[in-house]
Amino acid sequence: MDAAVTDDLAHERTEDIEIRLLLDALYYRYHYDFRDYAMASIKRRLRQGRQQLGFASFSAMQDALMRDPDMLPRLLGFLTVQVSEMFRDPSYFRAIREKVVPHLRTYPSLKVWIAGCSAGEELYSMVILFREEGLEERTLFYATDINQEALRAADTGIFSLDRIPLFTENHRKSGGRHSLSEYYHAAYGRASFDKSLRRKVVFSDHSLVTDAVFGEMHLISCRNVLIYFNRSAQDRALGLFEGSLVRKGFLGLGAKESLRFSSQAGSFVDFVREEKIYQRSAQ
Amino acid sequence: MTARSEAVVIGASAGALEALSAILPQLPAGFRLPIMVVVHVPADKQSVLAELFQNKCLVEVREAEDKEPITGGTVYFAPPDYHLLVEMDRTLSLSSDEPVLFSRPSIDVLFESAADAYGSALIAIVLTGANQDGAHGLSTVVDLGGTALVQNPDEAFASAMPEAAIVLCPDAQVMSLSAIAEYLREV
Repeated sequence: MDAAVTDDLAHERTEDIEIRLLLDALYYRYHYDFRDYAMASIKRRLRQGRQQLGFASFSAMQDALMRDPDMLPRLLGFLTVQVSEMFRDPSYFRAIREKVVPHLRTYPSLKVWIAGCSAGEELYSMVILFREEGLEERTLFYATDINQEALRAADTGIFSLDRIPLFTENHRKSGGRHSLSEYYHAAYGRASFDKSLRRKVVFSDHSLVTDAVFGEMHLISCRNVLIYFNRSAQDRALGLFEGSLVRKGFLGLGAKESLRFSSQAGSFVDFVREEKIYQRSAQ
Repeated sequence: MTARSEAVVIGASAGALEALSAILPQLPAGFRLPIMVVVHVPADKQSVLAELFQNKCLVEVREAEDKEPITGGTVYFAPPDYHLLVEMDRTLSLSSDEPVLFSRPSIDVLFESAADAYGSALIAIVLTGANQDGAHGLSTVVDLGGTALVQNPDEAFASAMPEAAIVLCPDAQVMSLSAIAEYLREV
């Protein structure tokens, strides 16, 4: 092995150590726990953050993070950045509408948890679906995320107008009963979703990695969140979901997420297999 | 160097099907290494790549699943609309982070994470394509001591992607598809 390669490998190891220390600092100083996230994408996001925030090293970034609380939201912005769409994977929402809703109708009151709601695309999709199916009045929606800025953004319900054609098309494909345009008004390049859609929504700061069970849900939708966790954090989150669901309650995961490699697999049964919709076991 | 190779990553875009058809079916049944492949496919399409190649290949072919342990002699295709990454513990992970260079899955994302995990034991291959994806990833692979192979742009269905890779990695070995297949058989 030549000297340059050895140096690069040594540099690589140094960077890995620095990242571990940075994530430790983030946890001990601010109680945000990314230590059990899947590291490959965390590393990628942190490298972007380091470059854009102008730090020469992760150690320098850690030093700034420890002393300057203003660094926290900036770093979290990189670590938790999520891009979703309204009615992403329309067939998922169609399955919720056609297969899950008939079961939900049998309950006099409902609780739905959108876990890792980010800027709210999934939340608004679900509330609109429940309104169209006549279930909104009897439902309380809990929208949680670890990123408070994302929660604030979700609470405003404002999305860039150039994203609306895709949302509209997805909504139509999901079996939407009205035009999406009935739920927002457009002005100055922005689509502002009707505040009545938030009437039954509770926003809350909650971490699937460190926080506790969130009780008695009938439906939990948590899509493309677990793929960011390592297996032990995935198992913990799935345990939380199991503990938070009523007996025979429903859990919807992302299109490429499954319980297959999880120790919690036995707690759930397939409900709509191809859409990754599970039901809590009756036991 | 190749004696210690532990994994192969391949990136392809426009013309990918034909190019991969000249390589993957050539691998013998006892092929030792895992192969992770990113092909740019439309987000809304159910990918048929794994199914298609499964029928043509002697090695195992499937679509990558999140948190799946990587095993040798298996070809893993990135699912449409997700990035495919390799973790340090040699498992696969998926992400729906924003597209990179308008691409999800992104070749750069796969190559960079695989370079982190495998270092000099990685072989990275850039094939035909009409964009620049893969060039940065390939240079990371080279920086960490891995082996870079690029399809000869003159023979590629679309030359932009291999050309961009060669510009960033002038030391990459430029090869025909049959030479790449031969190289892998000899690994």
